[in-house]
Amino acid sequence: MSVVIGCALVITACSPDRDNGPEDSGWPEQFGFGRAASPEEIAAWDIDVRPDGQGLPEGSGNVAAGGVLYRSQCARCHGASGWGGPYMALVEHVDTSAVQNDRTEKTIGSYWPYATTLYDYIHRAMPYDSAGSLSPAEVYHITAWLLYANHIIDSTTVVTAETLPRIAMPAQPLFVPDDRSGGPEVR
Amino acid sequence: MKSTKTDSNSSTSSAYKIKRRTLLGGAATAAVVLVQTAFGKMMQAALPESAVKLITDPTHKPGTPPGAVGTRSPFEKPVKKASDISSRTPLQHLYGMLTPSDLHFERNHAGVPLIDPEDHKFLLHGMVEKPMAFTLADLKRFPSVSRICFIECSGNYRGGREDLSPQEICGLTSQSEWTGVMLSTLFREIGVKPGATWFLAEGSDAAVMTRSLPVAKGWDDAMIVYAQNGEAIRPEQGYPFRLLLPGWEGNTSVKWLRRIELSDQPFMTREETSKYTEPVAGGKIRQFSFVMDARSIITFPAYPAHVEKGWIEIRGLAWTGRGKIVSVEVSTDGGKHWQQAKLQEPVLDKAHVYFRYLWLWQGEETVIISRAVDETGYIQPFLKQLKEVRGTSGGYHFNPVTGWNIRRDGSVFLQPDSGA
Repeated sequence: MSVVIGCALVITACSPDRDNGPEDSGWPEQFGFGRAASPEEIAAWDIDVRPDGQGLPEGSGNVAAGGVLYRSQCARCHGASGWGGPYMALVEHVDTSAVQNDRTEKTIGSYWPYATTLYDYIHRAMPYDSAGSLSPAEVYHITAWLLYANHIIDSTTVVTAETLPRIAMPAQPLFVPDDRSGGPEVR
Repeated sequence: MKSTKTDSNSSTSSAYKIKRRTLLGGAATAAVVLVQTAFGKMMQAALPESAVKLITDPTHKPGTPPGAVGTRSPFEKPVKKASDISSRTPLQHLYGMLTPSDLHFERNHAGVPLIDPEDHKFLLHGMVEKPMAFTLADLKRFPSVSRICFIECSGNYRGGREDLSPQEICGLTSQSEWTGVMLSTLFREIGVKPGATWFLAEGSDAAVMTRSLPVAKGWDDAMIVYAQNGEAIRPEQGYPFRLLLPGWEGNTSVKWLRRIELSDQPFMTREETSKYTEPVAGGKIRQFSFVMDARSIITFPAYPAHVEKGWIEIRGLAWTGRGKIVSVEVSTDGGKHWQQAKLQEPVLDKAHVYFRYLWLWQGEETVIISRAVDETGYIQPFLKQLKEVRGTSGGYHFNPVTGWNIRRDGSVFLQPDSGA
């Protein structure tokens, strides 16, 4: 009996014409709950970096310094050369074991469409056990080394807020938007 | 040991004495119960496995008094199956369309954070008229909505072996009743600027997990939810609150939400470029494939169940991210013929639907299959069809039909190439 009653309530709650929305009479222009966010608290959390470079801090990185940092901060998980470690490969390489599970490894060289994503993600979430611990300069250095190791830049290229958005990634032309939209065709 | 031997040979009341005694000094714990001490004080005690077996007739002595929190029967042990990064719902042990909150699947990118709501805030900023900060208490003051829908991880397919259960094949889908505030209510509150077409949702976990999402979804049916099945949302599901994008791949429903930033372009975060994208035909990579296509699976009979000859009620789940399931077809002869399964009402939008089909099994070896059809006319594909259009045999958004091989001895195994 209680199950039947429960279902009746569910129907009422999910019925579109009874949704709790502003078209209901009596909604004010604004509720006034919450408070204004200060520019300082937004800046403290606004760490994202867009493909056009918006969000990148001042600073620069070079391949030599990046290699040193990579070995101390990244290699234990991602392998000495960017592959062969316990966690995912970052650098293009020939690995016969990847063929066995029928998946092409998604390395930076083969699968990352934007170089800016490297800065965003390393700064945001790496190293795994101490996310957010790297300085902007350190993130730039490691980004430079990873791009170099994937043969995307040469050993002398310096990565900055201005140059990073302009680096063309090999995988970028491969990306296409979702073309599924329901209907009988399987895509 | 001596007294135990004496008691075990006597009546029900002696068995109860054993229970009392074992309760206080038990070894292997089967359940926790409340017991009355000699002084009449109620206390909690562990009920060992041996005592559970001795309680054969519950009609002579009072049972456990009412308690503060209910528990599952010690005879029922549904559990999630965990790996380093995810934990799968035991679909084959569930009934109906709802998933118990503690059995809801998990997919975390850097573990489950411990968040005190008193110390947690949510920022809504970017291309808005009025950047705002909200606490959990603030969000609860807004007009609220409850909705039942599924959340499914886009990487929810395993196959290639016959000894896989529904939990192992597609246990990364679960369904709850979610309660919270419509994101559109908050968009209205802060004033979205013209030209804002995308928003970034960011979590407060150690992955600081991010996804770029179309603002249109925010106006449509996105929610920020703080409750699950009538209580506060579980930590594994995003406590104190998460984004909820009905029908869309699970990782877009960012958990432990701390920030939404409106923008005129996607941010191209790691999760939406190098991770939650899938190779498709022609060497291309499909991106921003948000919607979960229709899927179904027979959860009974399914591996590792054994069945007996005679009437079998075939049961399972079907769902689609594109609206409602309109039918589930069941074949009991390996896909040669299809019949309509009964759908349990209510059939909800972007929700698991429980289906049933009554079948008289004569004992012959066969394969049973289900396939879902949604309101757009999409028919859940066979593995072979997906392989052809994708050029892969797995990956994200892989939703093939599942066939179960019923053998003469009543054992049930996955048919790895169902209907191929």
